[in-house]
Amino acid sequence: MPQAVRLRLSVADRVDHLPGQHYVVRLTAPDGYRAQRSYSVASAPSDPLVELFVERLDDGEVSGYLADVVESGDELEVRGPIGGWFVWDGTHPALLIGGGTGVVPLVAMLRTARELGRTDLLRTAVSTRTLAELPYADELRAAGVVVVTTREAHGVRPAGRLTAADLVPLWEPGQTAYVCGSDGFAETASQLLVDFGVPAAGIRVERFGASG
Amino acid sequence: MAGPTRGFLGRRRERNPRLPPGQYDVGRDWPVLTAEPTPRISPETWSLTVDGRVEAPTTWTWDEAHRLPRSEYRGDIHCVTTWSKFDTWFAGVSVDTLLEAARPTADAHFLVATSKTGYTTNLPLEDVTGGRAWVVWEYDGGPLPVEHGGPVRLLVPHLYFWKSAKWVTRLTLLQRDQPGFWEQNGYHDRGDPWREQRYQGD
Repeated sequence: MPQAVRLRLSVADRVDHLPGQHYVVRLTAPDGYRAQRSYSVASAPSDPLVELFVERLDDGEVSGYLADVVESGDELEVRGPIGGWFVWDGTHPALLIGGGTGVVPLVAMLRTARELGRTDLLRTAVSTRTLAELPYADELRAAGVVVVTTREAHGVRPAGRLTAADLVPLWEPGQTAYVCGSDGFAETASQLLVDFGVPAAGIRVERFGASG
Repeated sequence: MAGPTRGFLGRRRERNPRLPPGQYDVGRDWPVLTAEPTPRISPETWSLTVDGRVEAPTTWTWDEAHRLPRSEYRGDIHCVTTWSKFDTWFAGVSVDTLLEAARPTADAHFLVATSKTGYTTNLPLEDVTGGRAWVVWEYDGGPLPVEHGGPVRLLVPHLYFWKSAKWVTRLTLLQRDQPGFWEQNGYHDRGDPWREQRYQGD
């Protein structure tokens, strides 16, 4: 059974999203019961399809269905794009910090920057337990982002968490910082930034809370 | 597309009537969701101001707020991200008590709550009166944890929980509605979970 799936959706009358926004996927059972969850968009707005990355959670009601049951050709009820805060406009310098599936909205930002020829605007660091678990690992590494692995060594880097030493070289005044990941990761990473002097008002956080 | 999703059955469940549509019971967890870094606020320097369309703008310090009549909420809370948490227990002071002191004028119809971080949320006045809203500093018999809005947050449990502004420092009464942070970023001006008012246009 897959750990994660990428869904590429053809959305009728799609409104272009901004990198960082998400879609809501809503499932309806025969008796009318409904369950919905939000998924960040990984694709750039110019991609004709909307790409969502879905991690299969243990006992995940929606993610289990999306990972195990959905097939090509199926129809899903979706709503979006949603969100006006955790978005990158393609013109301002930004520091992107993602943990685990928190890298997904950052991937959309990186893809958008590549298309605009403005990869110079972004500095990115991502954290994962292992490379095998990192969504879009090949793409992120090819983009030259700083990759921190907490459970294994890779390259010359020993296992270890993200620290200020990883982030300070990426930081420049004038950047907006985007921090995305689980509750614990987002808290730690945002506090690292505050502690080395990044103005709190310049830090945008998106936390993936518990979602069963 | 309004019909069932092919192959989706949902969890084995009895549909719990305490769950608003589209929500699930998160059990003993209490997820933390914020848009900004967690601020650190000491009770000694915290204060709450009620101002705007009121006859007597009033500010309470931590000690002064604690001398007001204590009020508790025991019940459920619902987050727009679809989790609901049952049987929570918060304590603080009722917003009615604060408004009795500040005395809203006849043209006060809305309230905007402001947090230490600059976060704001707007609510109709009738949604924060009549025993439906509190300013709380206690959760589950202990101090409200900082990641959940401590030392003090607004609590409006009959609406989606983004309306219960964390780290609240000001309640401003307005004549006309003024969208707050999430309301400007795509979310509903009222946020009733029983009518699934999640996003603008719902």
